[in-house]
Amino acid sequence: MVTTDHGFWRVAYLGFCALVFAFLIAPILVIVPLSFNAEPYFTFTEGMLRLDAEAWSLRWYRQIVEDEEWSRALVNSLLIGVSATILATVLGTLAALGLSNAAMPARRFATGLLISPMVTPVIISAAGMFFFYSSLGLAQTHLGLILAHAALGTPFVVITVTATLAGYDTNLSRAAASLGAGPLRIFRRVQLPLIAPGVVSGAIFAFAASFDEVVVVLFMGGIEQRTIPRQMWSGIREEISPAILAVAVFLIVFAVLFLLTVEWLRRRNAR
Amino acid sequence: MNVVPEQKTGRTLPGPRMRAALLVLPLLVFIGVTFLAPLANMLVRSVHDPVVADALPDTLERLRAWDGRGLPDEAVYEALAVELLAAREDRTLGQVATRINRVQSGLRSVLTRSARRLRNIEAGPWREAMTGIHAAWGDKETWLALREAGDRYTARHYLNALDLQRDSGGSIVRQPEDRRIYITLFWRTLLVSLGVTALCLLIGYPVARLIAHAPPRRAYLLLLLVLVPFWTSLLVRTTSWIVLLQNQGVLNDIFVFLGLIADDGRIAMIYNMTGTFVAMTHVLLPFMVLPLYSVMSAIPRVQESAAESLGATPWQSFWRVYWPQTLPGVGAGCLLVFILAIGYYITPALVGGSSGQLISNMIAFHMQTSLNWSLAAALGGILLICVAGLYVLYDRLVGIERMRLG
Repeated sequence: MVTTDHGFWRVAYLGFCALVFAFLIAPILVIVPLSFNAEPYFTFTEGMLRLDAEAWSLRWYRQIVEDEEWSRALVNSLLIGVSATILATVLGTLAALGLSNAAMPARRFATGLLISPMVTPVIISAAGMFFFYSSLGLAQTHLGLILAHAALGTPFVVITVTATLAGYDTNLSRAAASLGAGPLRIFRRVQLPLIAPGVVSGAIFAFAASFDEVVVVLFMGGIEQRTIPRQMWSGIREEISPAILAVAVFLIVFAVLFLLTVEWLRRRNAR
Repeated sequence: MNVVPEQKTGRTLPGPRMRAALLVLPLLVFIGVTFLAPLANMLVRSVHDPVVADALPDTLERLRAWDGRGLPDEAVYEALAVELLAAREDRTLGQVATRINRVQSGLRSVLTRSARRLRNIEAGPWREAMTGIHAAWGDKETWLALREAGDRYTARHYLNALDLQRDSGGSIVRQPEDRRIYITLFWRTLLVSLGVTALCLLIGYPVARLIAHAPPRRAYLLLLLVLVPFWTSLLVRTTSWIVLLQNQGVLNDIFVFLGLIADDGRIAMIYNMTGTFVAMTHVLLPFMVLPLYSVMSAIPRVQESAAESLGATPWQSFWRVYWPQTLPGVGAGCLLVFILAIGYYITPALVGGSSGQLISNMIAFHMQTSLNWSLAAALGGILLICVAGLYVLYDRLVGIERMRLG
């Protein structure tokens, strides 16, 4: 009696979990086949379900590759994303080195301030940045968006690098120092190679954050600063077409690549 | 061997302190300028607006001597006439009129029309001339509104943001019923955030438990199923929900195909509160599962078996042994999801329709459409205070330095 009861609950539990996993992943998967729709619909046509070759096509992919607006958006996204990531990674790594040092004064307060861009509602950050950057003449410039995205990306670098540094054996630095290496040399030759997985993970997080950011771009960017998410935003709001789904598939591929890289780095680091 | 002095004396030397601080300093300065200064600027804007005070200094100076009963004297009318004409000349009149209009609606046209007509009037008496242009100048409420709009520093926008206002006696009262919108919206935001947090916990907890106690290889694969949505662009996930839930979307098509609903009876699952709720839960679920998972994977599985071998039912061993140990993860996940939920903007804006809008969407509306930036700043200020409070709570309970990504 007890065992069958147990078995029933076990099946119910596994079934429930399976449903939740489906809830998590199915919406993302459903986009992939729909992006090959030959018709301008957001649903499976009868032809698609019959696996009729003519119901499937690459027209939306062709459209986004040929469309100048999308390629300009990609250039903007890459330019802003890469610049912001470099800035965030350098500043964030330095800060993480300081924050990991027990001697750091007001460590908790400083950490709180530096992580705050990550938890502040993005609408508030965007509104504040719009007022402030406009008054400095930085609204509607690439530089303004790079600075804004770098600010929003630094918490990711600080968190990942600090986490990696927690596993760093400071005796290694001491050993290097006792052998006559200066602080810079110790950092470059001993510490940095060991924390590199954390730094790269942080950089990927920061880049992904910029690559997906739309609200700040919406408030601060002009026509010249349209990024991929900004372009998708107007696509979803205004002239919704399956071309959006083709872009979405690209972004899903990016996301999976980012994810696998970060997980690979994490496992490498754990060993 | 080198003996490190700070360990010996128990005091830290200025050297390492200084070095640590110098490493953190560049980022602190950077965040200070690019992020914290904009927030501070926004908070200042929510209480400070000099436009009217700068445009009508003489009028406001004279109005200050006015007792607020009866009408102001001739000198005030004259000052206003001069300054309105000047404001029209420097093209600031529009901004001034908009701000006064926000204190008392209807005054925008009074001001612009008066400024236009005053050009043709050469000499006083100004009171007669102005009441001749518009009867509103013979009403003391107009002058009270003007005086209020002239304050450089004001709590008016915060009062507005909380559906309050000052009556003519200066005491704080609620807005008339038809103008109360923000309190409802704050409540809705709070309820949606609590609902989404509870739902995430309810469906995230079993999943986290399953992953935490699965064999390593399977656990890794299951974890990827949580991490793929976590990494996927927010806009992509929102688009997915539109594709699935819209009227001509995949789910409705399936329901019709299965005969569950008629073709003309398709269910409205998006562009309303349902859309906001479902999409937000989907987006925030990984933020619940990941902290739960990291706490659960540290709990030895044998504990429950031990409890059961001592005679506990599965439920007892879960509730008395397992659940209490996961509370740190529950707290961390719930706080994180709640903090992210109350500031949610993108998803409600895209799939919320009109009934699924939250407070952030109202801030965006005042930023982009009504252009009432002071009110947007005040609403933002209130939201910011809530988030800051929760953030401090998170630091106390969980510790910010223990925040992990992915």
